[in-house]
Amino acid sequence: MKALLLLAAGMLVAAPAWTQNRVIPQAGLKSGFEFLSPDLKKMQLDDFANPGTLWVDRGEKLWRAEAGAAKKSCADCHGDARASMKGVAARYPQVDRHSGDLMTLEARILQSRVERQKAVPFARESEDLLALSAYVAYQSRGMAMEADIEGAARKHFDAGEAMFFRRRGQLNLNCAHCHDANWGRTLYAERISQGQPNAYPAYRLEWQTLGSLERRLRACLSGVRAEILPFGSPEYADLALYLSWRAKGLPIETPGVRR
Amino acid sequence: MQYAVNAAAALLVAAMAAGFAQAQTPPLSLVPYVVAGGSIEKPLAAPGNVQRGQAIVLDKSLSSCVLCHVVPDPEHRPMGNIAPPLAGVGARLSAGQMRLRLVDSTLLNAHSIMPPYYRVEGLHQVAPAWRGKPIMSAQQIEDMVAWLLTLKEPPR
Ligand code: HEC
Ligand code: HEC
Ligand code: HEC
Repeated sequence: MKALLLLAAGMLVAAPAWTQNRVIPQAGLKSGFEFLSPDLKKMQLDDFANPGTLWVDRGEKLWRAEAGAAKKSCADCHGDARASMKGVAARYPQVDRHSGDLMTLEARILQSRVERQKAVPFARESEDLLALSAYVAYQSRGMAMEADIEGAARKHFDAGEAMFFRRRGQLNLNCAHCHDANWGRTLYAERISQGQPNAYPAYRLEWQTLGSLERRLRACLSGVRAEILPFGSPEYADLALYLSWRAKGLPIETPGVRR
Repeated sequence: MQYAVNAAAALLVAAMAAGFAQAQTPPLSLVPYVVAGGSIEKPLAAPGNVQRGQAIVLDKSLSSCVLCHVVPDPEHRPMGNIAPPLAGVGARLSAGQMRLRLVDSTLLNAHSIMPPYYRVEGLHQVAPAWRGKPIMSAQQIEDMVAWLLTLKEPPR
């Protein structure tokens, strides 16, 4: 069975047209949560024990804080995030109607920050950007991921899919080798999950802090000794869109807890 | 690029199955080798050192072998189970067959996920620190072959 999957993953490299099919059927999707130890599961589920709650709380304060030359808070335009941001994260990454660019949730928040608040952008992976993206994504907790891959999003999806199946790095591995063909097995001392994006931003014990999906992807890339692109590179957004489609139906867990 | 390499490897495998003698020459920066009949017969460097070979294979960050394989280890450190256990491999494979698998397993099976330890071409987006360098030197390959050949006992 595993060998068959491996073969399938290999053939996908040679024949991108076939990749419309899901390697992991939707009914077989498993969140990274299912691969956690009982202790970490408990930590994620308990808001008081989950370290990510700190960022969500900080995000709530930032949401109401006036900023930039426009002297407006997020709330001034968007109102109560519990209503206006509900379900938003589940639809990201999403194509910007005006520019045609594919935007991750972080990119969208930065866009509002710069274009609407007229404020200096937050740095990628800064506490403030993580806090706001955690707060916004938290409003979709429990909701199913449902990124749109049709229309203008299609070419980004195709690029992300190609990236997922492209061998890279000195170790010459693609994402599917670990997350489609070998999930459930052990890599050194770690159980490999399906590589789903639904927990992010997530608190990772190894980081001792909250981090974005992109930061997690960079860890996988450097694991295979592949080139790391700058944060916010369009390639990562494309890959994130493929991951969102691949995770379609999994509930958002932000803020997740991971090893 | 990868497509071409995979296609070439697939042809190679097909031709080997058909029993033709095969020859493939590596890029100039590496010690030249010839793949024939599923094996690289000629050593790439001086005879391997068993102790050094063991140390390389067991060093996770140097060789990554134990990420995927369980190998006999007196200290019982953690190891992965993505790939077959290597205990007994010395009884299953000859030195030449072992060498080919370490140099580039995709020459044998285009879909292999085992990293190519002695290859620099046809790789995509290698991090700058590793670009143009094989994962292992020719001597390290020989050292590992020497130790792997001592693993005659099947897994318990
Ligand atoms: C050598 C194996 C390997 C490769 C190749 C690899 N990963 Fe991972 N990945 C891991 C391991 C190990 C983890 C941490 C444990 C886990 O959640 O699977 C991980 C975690 C992840 C996670 C976080 C899952 C969660 O629930 O927190 C995502 C998303 C992910 N990988 C995506 C990718 C993508 C996309 C690629 C290709 C660019 C990739 N990985 C390549 C091994 C790999
Ligand atoms: C001056 C008004 C204004 C302010 C202030 C503002 N935004 Fe926005 N925001 C908008 C508008 C207008 C859009 C829709 C943009 C579009 O569709 O092109 C938007 C879109 C968004 C979206 C995407 C929503 C969706 O349904 O896809 C998010 C997320 C967002 N803003 C977050 C924030 C955050 C976080 C802040 C505070 C840091 C903020 N915004 C501040 C006006 C504002
Ligand atoms: C990313 C996972 C991975 C890593 C790392 C890896 N291998 Fe492998 N190896 C495999 C797989 C999978 C196979 C099974 C054959 C195949 O798919 O090519 C294999 C097969 C082998 C074989 C042939 C086994 C047999 O019984 O025929 C040997 C010998 C071997 N590996 C040695 C090593 C050594 C030594 C290292 C480190 C220098 C290493 N491998 C690193 C995945 C890996």
